[in-house]
Amino acid sequence: MPAERERLARIKSNLKRRARIYDIVREFFRGRGFLEVETPIRVPCIAPELNISPLKSEDWYLAASPELHMKRLLAAGYKQIFQVSHCFRKGEHGRQHNPEFSLLEWYRADAGFMDVISDTEHLVCTLMQELHAGNILHYQGQEIALDLPWPRLSVKDVFLKIAGWDPMADYNAERFDYDMATLVLPALSPARPTVLVEYPAAAASLARLKTGDNSVAERAEVFIGTMELANAYSELTDAAEQRQRFMKESAQIEREQGQVIPLSEPFLEALSFLPECGGIALGMDRLVMLFCDAGNIDEVCAFTEENI
Amino acid sequence: MEIEEVRKNTKLMYQGKPWNVDNAEFVKPGKGRAIYRLRLKNLLDSSTLDITFHSGEKVDEASISNQEMQYLYKEGDHYVFMNTSNFDQTFVTETQMGDKINFLKEGVLVNVQLLEDRPIDISIPVFVELEVVETGTAIKTATVTAQNKSAKLETGYSLDVPAFIKEGDMLKIDTRTGAYVERLTKK
Repeated sequence: MPAERERLARIKSNLKRRARIYDIVREFFRGRGFLEVETPIRVPCIAPELNISPLKSEDWYLAASPELHMKRLLAAGYKQIFQVSHCFRKGEHGRQHNPEFSLLEWYRADAGFMDVISDTEHLVCTLMQELHAGNILHYQGQEIALDLPWPRLSVKDVFLKIAGWDPMADYNAERFDYDMATLVLPALSPARPTVLVEYPAAAASLARLKTGDNSVAERAEVFIGTMELANAYSELTDAAEQRQRFMKESAQIEREQGQVIPLSEPFLEALSFLPECGGIALGMDRLVMLFCDAGNIDEVCAFTEENI
Repeated sequence: MEIEEVRKNTKLMYQGKPWNVDNAEFVKPGKGRAIYRLRLKNLLDSSTLDITFHSGEKVDEASISNQEMQYLYKEGDHYVFMNTSNFDQTFVTETQMGDKINFLKEGVLVNVQLLEDRPIDISIPVFVELEVVETGTAIKTATVTAQNKSAKLETGYSLDVPAFIKEGDMLKIDTRTGAYVERLTKK
């Protein structure tokens, strides 16, 4: 108990700053006409994703992201919505991971992936202003210049340059993930944010493909220094294609992991009403880590799985 | 065990050898496959190995047991311990002992970790009490800060102690840092 009291006293200034960041984030979105929504944490279906293991709750799941329900709201005519919710991903432990974590998601109708990337840039700059941090973020001994716009690099160019192959021409999921984690991410500029844009079509997940180039998905990821912060899509609105992608992913999960993930029929039904839209998921714990100069997620969460 | 369950200080069997996980780093692009980067230290010879695992892979956990043993004496470059329940004797090498040799005197009880019957590590108390066998007088300097001098303990270990310490004093030593804590008795 004394150790816990000491630990919680030590991170108190971080938890206060965390609460302030939540306030600024909410003000930011409300000021731009977004509606804050809440969707269920415990759900009967999730999007099948090979590399995201869900946690079960009886026969249902704990949400790994609020994406499916938020898109059902968009399909019903809600044009700008945001949510901060707790999400769950089995086995994710590390300096930047906890199996239960906080995700900020927002969606804009009549927009695309680069519009929500632009929101992200302005959100982070607003936080810098409100927290009186200037233009330079000091994080773990590194100065990171946040002035806009943040550099955009295409996945194709960065892979050709750093990993020496073109994932658009000859996609290999295992090699792509491994080279991304071990070669590409460590080579990103530590002194600037980076937006990686245009992922291989095979890594599209719930993103739509680029008009006129079927090898490319309209997907982008934001890195601050080398920390992955957010993942954006121009959302796929083609229900038939989404069903096909889900079935393909599900079949692979069943084959490799022996699990059957049920498809969400209400989501697939709603998709035919989904307007063109951009959506993004941003790790709130990591955002707080950046602004608290915290190297470990347990410095910005009162209780993680290690000390629950 | 699943690679997902491996943490810092988990003990593993890998390529037929026992290892301690000195560091475990979890790397995972949000949508990509997780990678586990482990820094392993060989429990027998202290060599290190960096290795990468992918999610879904399995590793063998080393089965480690704990046994109370008494430190008897040093023989060549081995240290002889006796199992207090069956009186079997076992040997620990100088490399395995590391700097713990500085704090161990004959006759003390320690906890020995065994991999099957082979000792791989010993746990010693955080604080130990050791006698000063040799110390000189402090070198006078012009400063007014506390003056330290060197002292040699009964285990052969030398450390900095305050100027008032004399031969025959019992000292409390922090084995994590090797530093002097306080004087316990005065002869």
